[in-house]
Amino acid sequence: MSDQILQDLERRELKTDIPDFGPGDTVSVHVRIVEGGKERIQVFKGTVMGRSGRGMRASFTVRKIGAGAIGVERVFPLHSPSIAKIDVDKRGDVRRAKIYYLRDRVGKAARVKEKVKKA
Amino acid sequence: MAQGILGRKIGMTSVFVDGRQIPVTVIEAGPCPVVQVKSSEGPDKYDALQLGFWEAKESRVNEPKNGHFKRAGVKPTRVLREFRGMSGFEEGTEVKVSDVFVPGDTVHVSGKSKGRGYSGVMRRHNFHGHKGSHGTHESKRGPGSIGAGADPSRVWKGKRMAGQYGNARTTTRNLVVVEVIEDRNLLLVRGAVPGARNSIVELRKEA
Repeated sequence: MSDQILQDLERRELKTDIPDFGPGDTVSVHVRIVEGGKERIQVFKGTVMGRSGRGMRASFTVRKIGAGAIGVERVFPLHSPSIAKIDVDKRGDVRRAKIYYLRDRVGKAARVKEKVKKA
Repeated sequence: MAQGILGRKIGMTSVFVDGRQIPVTVIEAGPCPVVQVKSSEGPDKYDALQLGFWEAKESRVNEPKNGHFKRAGVKPTRVLREFRGMSGFEEGTEVKVSDVFVPGDTVHVSGKSKGRGYSGVMRRHNFHGHKGSHGTHESKRGPGSIGAGADPSRVWKGKRMAGQYGNARTTTRNLVVVEVIEDRNLLLVRGAVPGARNSIVELRKEA
């Protein structure tokens, strides 16, 4: 019974418009940023390292190579209202749920093979 | 004036407030019938309200208690608690969450903590235990020395040792009310609250 109440509460805030994406995919995360009372959208584009958690607490990690070849990873709460939109740009072909091995790779080795749809 | 209400811990989840994810405990609070009003002018010599919570079958409540509920003109409840210093409600009326709390209030939550049984000193008092290696044997989780030798020839009172841990009344103070959902008698409080799910909690606020 108490689980029911929790579920009802979470349902209010859970997003329903989340695209299907997973580790290896290249995504653009549109983040709402409030600066001096003004709101603007910033896009964070990178490779999804993995998803974690369920329900309200679900999150995902995105890694991109920033300026000066510095790796930048951001963890986003999946259902956060500050995420305006998630675009899936490319599907990656990976064999594990968390692709942390990318952290140890540099340059061309750090690429993810693109998934080719079977005809 | 102190205010309070009784509730049942539902569990924890999180909500987003201003883009930040905040951990909250959901509590189903009230409605609580006022079973008895005590006042400093009356025979009790102090101000308090006795509140009931969680309706019970009349057949499950003993005769003296049933009479007590009947006198106030309320349905019998399983839980009865007194809230000292609370006033402003008539006997036989109901206290609802929204009567007592609004978002932003600070609240003290009391309940019975989860029982952990007879626990060692590491779990119970956060002792560090001993080294895992370097010659340690037979005592990796023990307390170490419990005092000096010939003087005082005894162990000081209150010395922290192993023993029953949990299943005791605990109060978490100054939690902030995040949201009050009036029509479902729910209260969202920031942070954790003592006790297991479905356990009874007392919510109080001062002034």
